[in-house]
Amino acid sequence: MCNSNILIKIIENMGKNIIENKDYLTELDRVIGDADHGINMSKGFSAVDAKLDEMNGKDWGSILKTVAMTLISTVGGASGPLYGTAFLRASTVVDGKMEIDKEDIINMFEQAVEGIKMRGKSDKGDKTILDALIPAFEALKLAYEEGKDTKTAFKMAEEAALEGVEYTKNIIAKKGRASYLGERSIGHQDPGATSTYIMIKSINEVLEQN
Amino acid sequence: MIGLVIVSHSNKIAEGIVDLCYEMAGKDLNIIPAGGTSDGRIGTDPILIKDSIEKAYDGDGVAILADIGSSIMSSELAMEMLEDDIKKKTCILDTPIVEGSIAVSVQASISKDMEDIKRAAEEARTTRKIS
Repeated sequence: MCNSNILIKIIENMGKNIIENKDYLTELDRVIGDADHGINMSKGFSAVDAKLDEMNGKDWGSILKTVAMTLISTVGGASGPLYGTAFLRASTVVDGKMEIDKEDIINMFEQAVEGIKMRGKSDKGDKTILDALIPAFEALKLAYEEGKDTKTAFKMAEEAALEGVEYTKNIIAKKGRASYLGERSIGHQDPGATSTYIMIKSINEVLEQN
Repeated sequence: MIGLVIVSHSNKIAEGIVDLCYEMAGKDLNIIPAGGTSDGRIGTDPILIKDSIEKAYDGDGVAILADIGSSIMSSELAMEMLEDDIKKKTCILDTPIVEGSIAVSVQASISKDMEDIKRAAEEARTTRKIS
């Protein structure tokens, strides 16, 4: 249903959008974190960009693994091991596959969520990536259960991720440097949840064009 | 000998701690700095940490001392990427990076037992500087 060429386009678009939002993400992180999220993510995705050519014609698992290892070795901040683990775990359920179906998409998403939970010892409500990723995953799963197509399902996931980002403004940070701020972290949106939203939006943009 | 890997966001901190430990515990220590990113930024690099663990490993085991935040996450990820026989003899110590590294390096110069290393790290964590 979805061949691995579309994944390469998605990865390329994620990189483009993350790099375009470098200053925005860094500014969000400057307020409650250590002002490096945009810089770190851009570093990571620039390195991923340089590997797009060698991903050509590879299976879903191999492409996701390359993205994972590249982010792990180049990002530098906490988002490296976190997103790296998400991509790495997702790669294991589509190993060797050139085409994937709805079930694979759900499995990949679920692995990404579980990977980040495990790596960050975190869950929804801690003001992290997971506050965008978990609602997005739940919306996607529900949409598929209701018989929606992939484009619609990802549109709903994107909306849920954006709501999740908004929600992070109302809660106290429990992880990372922002957690030192306690209640003073309220009112500020989480940079990690924001980069997750940007990545999910990037998936949609490609699905809409294809 | 138990090998040590010093994981810091700053390469200078990691290298400085290694120098300090050589001074305090002797030059024949098996201690590898793993600080900063591969392009010289402040940060941690799980691949560098994994390579450093392999370098520090001589069969007896490796103890990782890390500073804050993502250094722990990166160290955990590095451990997952190791071969099983090295992985099961590697651990991350929950101790202040400077005080812990000195205490543990002195211990590593006299004991090959990981339990002694862990005890030294634990003591360093609770030792007061001003009594």
